[in-house]
Amino acid sequence: MTRLLLALLLACAVVLPAAAVEPDEMLHDPALEQRARDLSANLRCLVCQNQSIDDSNAELARDLRVLVRERISAGDSDDQVMDYVVSRYGDFVLLNPPFKLQTLALWGGPVVFLLLGILGLVQFYRRRAATAGAAQAPLSDDERKRLDRLMRDDAP
Amino acid sequence: MIVEAGHFALILSLFVALVQAALPLAGAQRNDPAWMGVAAPAAFAQALLIAFSFGCLTYAFVTSDFSVAAVVANSHSTKPMLYKVSGVWGNHEGSMLLWVLILAVFGWAVALFGRNLPPSLKARTLGIQALISVGFLAFILFTSNPFDRAIPAPFDGRGMNPLLQDPGLAFHPPFLYLGYVGFSIAFSFAIAALIEGRVDAAWARWVRPWTLAAWSFLTIGIALGSWWAYYELGWGGWWFWDPVENASFMPWLAGTALLHSAVVVEKRDTMKAWTVFLAIVAFSFSLLGTFLVRSGVLTSVHAFATDPERGVFILVLLLIVVGGSFALFAWRGPQLTGGGLFRPISREGSLLLNNLLMSIGAVVVLFGTLFPLFAQVVDYKMSVGAPFFNRVFVPLMVPMIATMAVAPLLSWKRGDLPGAMGRLWAAGAAAAAAVAVAIAVATKTSVWGPIGLALAAWLAMGTVVELAERIRLFRTSPAESLRRLGRMPRAAWGMTLAHFGMAVAIAGMTGAGVWKVESIQTMKPGDSVNVAGYVYTFKGASEGRGPNYSYISGVFDVTRNGQPVTTLESEKRIYPVRGMPTTEAAIESLFLGDLYAVIGDPQEDGSFATRLYFNPLVAWMWAGALIMVFGGVLSLTDRRYRVGAPVRRRPPAAAQPAE
Repeated sequence: MTRLLLALLLACAVVLPAAAVEPDEMLHDPALEQRARDLSANLRCLVCQNQSIDDSNAELARDLRVLVRERISAGDSDDQVMDYVVSRYGDFVLLNPPFKLQTLALWGGPVVFLLLGILGLVQFYRRRAATAGAAQAPLSDDERKRLDRLMRDDAP
Repeated sequence: MIVEAGHFALILSLFVALVQAALPLAGAQRNDPAWMGVAAPAAFAQALLIAFSFGCLTYAFVTSDFSVAAVVANSHSTKPMLYKVSGVWGNHEGSMLLWVLILAVFGWAVALFGRNLPPSLKARTLGIQALISVGFLAFILFTSNPFDRAIPAPFDGRGMNPLLQDPGLAFHPPFLYLGYVGFSIAFSFAIAALIEGRVDAAWARWVRPWTLAAWSFLTIGIALGSWWAYYELGWGGWWFWDPVENASFMPWLAGTALLHSAVVVEKRDTMKAWTVFLAIVAFSFSLLGTFLVRSGVLTSVHAFATDPERGVFILVLLLIVVGGSFALFAWRGPQLTGGGLFRPISREGSLLLNNLLMSIGAVVVLFGTLFPLFAQVVDYKMSVGAPFFNRVFVPLMVPMIATMAVAPLLSWKRGDLPGAMGRLWAAGAAAAAAVAVAIAVATKTSVWGPIGLALAAWLAMGTVVELAERIRLFRTSPAESLRRLGRMPRAAWGMTLAHFGMAVAIAGMTGAGVWKVESIQTMKPGDSVNVAGYVYTFKGASEGRGPNYSYISGVFDVTRNGQPVTTLESEKRIYPVRGMPTTEAAIESLFLGDLYAVIGDPQEDGSFATRLYFNPLVAWMWAGALIMVFGGVLSLTDRRYRVGAPVRRRPPAAAQPAE
């Protein structure tokens, strides 16, 4: 895998990039072409940094775009096309990570963060209510005067 | 000779930074005014030395001194002067030098404008700032010396990536760094406050302008970057959730949260620990971003492993700074108890809620960016791309934006939510109208189109309602309202503008993200294509030469309903030094959207590949960012920030300095 990646990186450096989707690779049927575009947006250009093959102008992205269109023309469903691409390149090619054991943490993470945040907020208000009225660290007279002077400019 | 002088100045600045870190920090501990007094002149000397060093490197680039390795690798004698100069920071070594330059200049600015800070706080802040300098100066000198010689010197340089040879990108890194590094001040203030053991309203008032300045710069930097992607990459994309973009977005989120929580500390003397925490987090994100971008760990863990020197150095630096500051926070943070109590439904409460949502957003972005790295550890190769981020991040922002319109209408301590919602009827009506418009004009059905426009309308109108409340429009005489409008403090204007700008930007993101119309085809001269009602007629292509490139230029006439709208001229450039093409999209910004045309490769039959777009509302995104930044700058000029903090120790008579 390492060697393959390295080869890909080198290929990217040498090959002259053309533009992203080119007219000559597009399908004549607009409905099929739209499907190809939608699928492409979720497929990673293997030699780029998080760019989809739809956006990338690398030669390899073009090959993949053509491959996707070939499969669609051959009558594959969207899922079949994706499965086919994944079988060749692995999950690495998917910009939208699949739900599976290895990505459980990824998809669960944001939910956990949100729950933790809400929990923390609730805790905060509870503790606040419990310690309400607790004594505050008093300011010295001098500090109070300085603070008053600072705050005097404030609009209400 | 000049190059050696620059190198020497850089070494010297490291020693100055060491002194600036050691003496003032120790002096503050021993309460020794002389030792503390070293901080300000040392900060000045350090900034001067690094500026001199930076000047020397710039000189090497401008004069194309190909005996300097960095110049050879990133410059070429035929490059236009602007890009010779921007080439200084368009590479790893030079950009790190710019990083420390900005760090030192910020430190110097604190020394300059903070004359009336309490001596110990000032000494500690500058000492911490110098500690960061020490780390990064050592990093540059030991692993990334921009002054390394190339022996033997080649005849010419290897040129600069043509994509970077663009005015937008020339100024993108400096602004981004001004933002990134600007958060170091808030960080240093926070660490100093933790050492001192106190955070009060005055502290928040000192921190706010620096945070605001950093935030404004970062906003410009991010906007410039996305604008560049939009017009340079040639397909109208403006945000890709690329790890490098994420690296700049996370500090922005944390910084925005910090900006708002500092308000609460200043006005209500509460949320102190949280604010200090955010100050640490914002700068930690900046450091993390620097690490991610500079170590090469993102391209591939393997690339990082084969040349780990730089990466490991920054990683260790990152761990020391982040680990050390969080440890300090864990130790001293709990002592920072806040005074003012408040209900969840109150201005503090809503600010806290939005702080939380923004922080979770930042954490989610961090998580998604780093997850593939962790997955590699267990030998699972995967990608996390735009679909993930859009799905997870965007929903988090919906309640945030919705709250944003309400918060300013709630009072401190205990707010009246039904009352506020009642006063927001106009905003609700605007949002409903936006949904109707979105559904009526939509070329594609999408849930996010109506939601995005509704949020934008809600926030824009909510901001206007808040302004109207402030000046008591229609509830008092127009003259009185006008008088109130004239007397509104600039900081209040700043908030109004920044929130309004955000609404405009959201409309832009929604329009461009959801309703972009695209047409890709081959065209012969005379061919016409209709894109969203605009008829693009290809007039033909011609060839020519620029300063260091050759180009094909394609001309398009655009008409609508038979009326001429504009003529667009797009270029495809080839830079022979690197053998790389770039596209220069032709863009005409109209009020409701951009006409966007790109000329592609010539085909065998004499036609040309062309890409034509109508990007609805896209320019609003950058207009919105500009409005936000303008609000930030206006806020910075508020009298209270100019004179408020320094006035702390002066007698009242001197409280009105002539400025």
